[in-house]
Amino acid sequence: TSPPLQTDRDLSIRNDTTEQPWLYWSNYAMSNGGGVASSTTHLLDFLEEPIPGVGTYDDFHTIDWVREKCKDRERHRKINSKKKESAWEFTKSLYDAWSGWLVVTLTGLASGALAGLIDIAADWMNDLKEGVCLSAMWFNHEQCCWTSNETTFAERDKCPQWKSWAELILGQAEGPGSYIMNYFMYIYWALSFAFLAVCLVKVFAPYACGSGIPEIKTILSGFIIRGYLGKWTLMIKTITLVLAVASGLSLGKEGPLVHVACCCGNIFSYLFPKYSKNEVLSAASAAGVSVAFGAPIGGVLFSLEEVSYYFPLKTLWRSFFAALVAAFVLRSINPFGNSRLVLFYVEYHTPWYLFELIPFILLGVFGGLWGAFFIRANIAWCRRRKSTRFGKYPVLEVILVAAITAVVAFPNPYTRQNTSELIKELFTDCGPLESSQLCQYRSQMNGSKAFTDNPNRPAGPGVYSAMWQLCLALIFKIIMTIFTFGLKVPSGLFIPSMAIGAIAGRIVGIAVEQLAYYHHDWFLFKEWCEVGADCITPGLYAMVGAAACLGGVTRMTVSLVVIVFELTGGLEYIVPLMAAVMTSKWVGDAFGREGIYEAHIRLNGYPFLDAKEEFTHTTLAREVMRPRRSDPPLAVLTQDDLTVEELQSVINETSYNGFPVIVSKESQRLVGFALRRDITIAIENARRKQEGIMLNSRVYFTQHAPTLPADSPRPLKLRSILDMSPFTVTDHTPMEIVVDIFRKLGLRQCLVTHNGRLLGIITKKDILRHMAQMANQDPESIMFN
Amino acid sequence: VMCSITFQIYYMVNILLRTHNQMKTYLLQNSEDIRCKCICPPYRDIEGQIYKQNVSLKDCNCLHVVEPMPVDGKDVEAYCLRCECKYEERSSGTIKVTIIMYLSILGLLLLYMVYLTLLEPMLKRRLFGHSQLIQSDDDVGDQQPFANAHNVLSRSHSRPNMLNKVEHAQQRWRRQVQEQRKSVFDRHVVLS
Repeated sequence: TSPPLQTDRDLSIRNDTTEQPWLYWSNYAMSNGGGVASSTTHLLDFLEEPIPGVGTYDDFHTIDWVREKCKDRERHRKINSKKKESAWEFTKSLYDAWSGWLVVTLTGLASGALAGLIDIAADWMNDLKEGVCLSAMWFNHEQCCWTSNETTFAERDKCPQWKSWAELILGQAEGPGSYIMNYFMYIYWALSFAFLAVCLVKVFAPYACGSGIPEIKTILSGFIIRGYLGKWTLMIKTITLVLAVASGLSLGKEGPLVHVACCCGNIFSYLFPKYSKNEVLSAASAAGVSVAFGAPIGGVLFSLEEVSYYFPLKTLWRSFFAALVAAFVLRSINPFGNSRLVLFYVEYHTPWYLFELIPFILLGVFGGLWGAFFIRANIAWCRRRKSTRFGKYPVLEVILVAAITAVVAFPNPYTRQNTSELIKELFTDCGPLESSQLCQYRSQMNGSKAFTDNPNRPAGPGVYSAMWQLCLALIFKIIMTIFTFGLKVPSGLFIPSMAIGAIAGRIVGIAVEQLAYYHHDWFLFKEWCEVGADCITPGLYAMVGAAACLGGVTRMTVSLVVIVFELTGGLEYIVPLMAAVMTSKWVGDAFGREGIYEAHIRLNGYPFLDAKEEFTHTTLAREVMRPRRSDPPLAVLTQDDLTVEELQSVINETSYNGFPVIVSKESQRLVGFALRRDITIAIENARRKQEGIMLNSRVYFTQHAPTLPADSPRPLKLRSILDMSPFTVTDHTPMEIVVDIFRKLGLRQCLVTHNGRLLGIITKKDILRHMAQMANQDPESIMFN
Repeated sequence: VMCSITFQIYYMVNILLRTHNQMKTYLLQNSEDIRCKCICPPYRDIEGQIYKQNVSLKDCNCLHVVEPMPVDGKDVEAYCLRCECKYEERSSGTIKVTIIMYLSILGLLLLYMVYLTLLEPMLKRRLFGHSQLIQSDDDVGDQQPFANAHNVLSRSHSRPNMLNKVEHAQQRWRRQVQEQRKSVFDRHVVLS
C-alpha cells in the first residue's frame, strides 16, 4: 500500500521559507505529497491585487484539481476567519454554508418541472401523428377519451371526440383509403418533427445533440467544455427532445434528461458563484435519472456509479436530496393522472420458481451479447460518420433515418406505438380483461366459463401472430437503434435497449409458458407447476430481459438493479434481476470492457482517466515522460534571467500549456510551475496597468528583483502566478504509482526529476496515450489536453 | 429580531398555502377531471365491462358506479367483489397550460430561426451592399494567445450603453454558436 498522501498542510509553516535553498530539497523529499499551493504566494503578496482572469481555464482544457481544491479551502478559511468579526460576516458565512443546499433544492425543482413539461408535451405530440382531439386540441388520445362512456372493453379506446387524420380529411375511418391516408400523415408528421428538431439544434445550440452522458462524465472528471451546460443548450435540448421523441425515432429521453438537469444545476450554481460546481452536477445527474425513471435511490446510485468521478459523502447526501425534490415535484405535476412517476410502473407479486433461473440467465446472455454487438456496431458507424463525407450532411441523415423508421414502423402495431407504451404493455401481465393480441389465449372450459385467474392456457392464434410481430419488431429495433444513437438530435439509449430486452423477454416468457403447458409432465414443471395453476408470468421475463439488455449496453450493476426494483416495487424479483444483470455484464465484459459511454468517450478522444480500469504494466516514469530522446529539450523558464521579449517568444513558438521554472540553466533546480494562460494574461495586464514595462524588461519569479544596471527598465514580477509546489516524481517511479497519483489527486501534469534535477514532464494526455498504446489502440486518438 | 423573522416566515407560508389552494381549485374547476373507473371481469354470461363516472373519492365503489347493474339482487355482491374500482384525478388545466406554453416557445424559436437564417442576411445585404458581405472568421485559438488574453481582460470593463450591451451580447452569442457548430458539425471534434 502506498503511504498516505498528504494533501493539506498548515499555512503557517511555509511563511518565510521561500528563499532558503534547502527547502527546495525538502520539497523533493515530500514528492508524493504537496502543500498548499498558491496560497503561500497569495499570503505574501497580499498587497498586490489579484490579476483578473488568472486561474481560469481555456475551452477544451483539463482542470487541475489540486489548484481548485486549494482555492476552495483558501476561500473557506477566509470566510471562517472573518466570521467572528461582525453579524454581517456571520450571516455571510451561514449563507455560504447553506448555499449548497439552496442550489441543490433549486436544481431539483427545476429538473422536476422540466421533466413534467417534457413528458406532457411528448405524449401529446406523439399522438398528434395519429389524429386530433376535436373538443380540446391539447389532449392526447388517452386524455381525450377519459370521460367517454363506452362501456364495452373492446371499444375502450374509441370515442367520438378523437378523430384520426383519415377521418378528418377523407371522412371515413376504415378501409384501405383511410389506411393509406393515415400512413401518409404519420410519415409526414414524423418527418416534419425530425426536420424541425435538427434545424433548431443546428441553428441555436449544436451542443444539444446526442445523449450528453459521455460529455458530462468528462466534465465531472475535470474537463472544460464551454457552453455545454448553458442556457441556450438547456432550452434547445428541452424543446428538441420532445420533437425527437415524437418523431418516432428509436430513441429515449433519459440520457438527455440527465443533461437537462445538469444544465439547470450549472445555471443555478452561477447564482452562487463560489459553490463547488462538481457537487451540484453530481446531484443534478441524480435528479435527472430520478425523474426519468421515478427512482430516486436508483438515480443517486447511477450518479455514483456512472457519472461522477469524485463522490465524497457530502455529495451523496446532497444528491439524494436533489433526487427526492425532483421526484416530488414531478409527482405533484402528475402528468399521467395516476400519481405514478413513470408510464410503465407495474406491480404484481406473483412468485417465480427456481427452474426459471435458467431462462433468466439465458436472457442475461442475450443481453450481454446484444450489448457487445451494439457497442461495436454503433462505434463503427459513428466513426464512419466522423471521418468520411457521410457526416457532412447531418440534416439529410436525420431526415433519412426518420423516414426509414416511419415507413417500416407503421405497419407493425408494436412499433407504431410509443416505445414507453410498448414496454408497459410487455411488462403488464395478462389481466382478466386484457384485449391485446398478446393475451388472446384459448379458454379451456367452454361450458360455464368458470373463471380462474390466469391458468396456464394454450396460446390462441392471436398470441402466435403477436409473437411474429414481436420478432419483427425486435429485429427492426436492433437495427435502427444502431443508426439512431449519435444522430444530431437529442437521443437517449435507455428506452430502446429496455424495449429490445422486454420484447426478447416476453417472447421467451411465452415460449416457456407454452412449454410448461404442453409438457407439464416433465420433471421440472411437475415439481413446481400444478396443472391449471398460474405458473409462468411472461411479464416478469420481459422485465428481466429489459434489465439484462440495459446492463449489457451500459454495464451498470447496482444502479440498474435498484432502478428496476424501484420501477416495479417487487422485492421478490431482486434475485432474478441480479442473476440476469450479472450474467449480462460478464458476457459483455468478455467481448470488451467498456460500456457505451466509455466507448464514446474514447471515440471522441476526451481526456478521461477511467477510475475503473487498472494499470498493470511495469513501465517506469522515464519511459512515458516528455521529452523523449528524439524530442527537443524541455521548454523551461529561468527564474530571473528572461526578458519580456524572450518570454513572449517562448510562448509563441511552442504550444505547451505550462512551463517549469528553474533556478538557472546550470543547476536545473526546480522552483515552480507556471501556466501559459496565466503568463499571457499577466503580461497583458502588466502592459496595461504598470508603467515602464518594455520589451527588454526583466521578468522575475523570485520574491525580490535581481540586481540590474541603473538604466534598465522596470522589471516585471510574476511571482503571484507561479505554482510553488508542483508535484514531482523521480524517473524510476513505476507508472502504476504515477497513474494512481493522477487518478486520486486529479493532477494535470507532474514533473520528473533525476537526482534532484529536473528531467521532464508527464501530462494526463501522455498517460492516456501510454495506456492506449499498452492496450494496442491508437495513441493519436487522444486529442485534447 | 427572532420574533419578526418567525412572523415573516409564518406570513410567507400562509400566502404560499393560500395560493396553492387557489391554484388547485382553479385547475380542478373542470368537474370532469375526476373519475372513478371500475373494471368488471366476465361473470357467467356477462361480458367484461368498464364503467366510468365522475364521482368523488367517497363514492368510488361498485355500488355507486356500476349502473345499470347487470345482475339481480342476490348476485350483486358476488359480481361486485370481482370488480376493481380505482379513483383517478387528472389536471386538464396543467396539460392545457403546458401545451400552450410549449407551442408558443416553439413558435417563437421558429420565427427567430427564420429571421436569423433568411431575413437577416437579406436585410444586411440591402443595407450595407455587397462589399461588406465578406466577413473573415477569425480562428480564435492558440495561435493568438495574447488576443485571447485581451478578450479575457476586456470582459471586465463595463459598457455604459444598454443597446450596445445587447448588441454586443448577441454578437458574442452568435460567435459562440458558430464555434460550437464548427466543432460539432464540421470538424467532428466533440459529440460524434
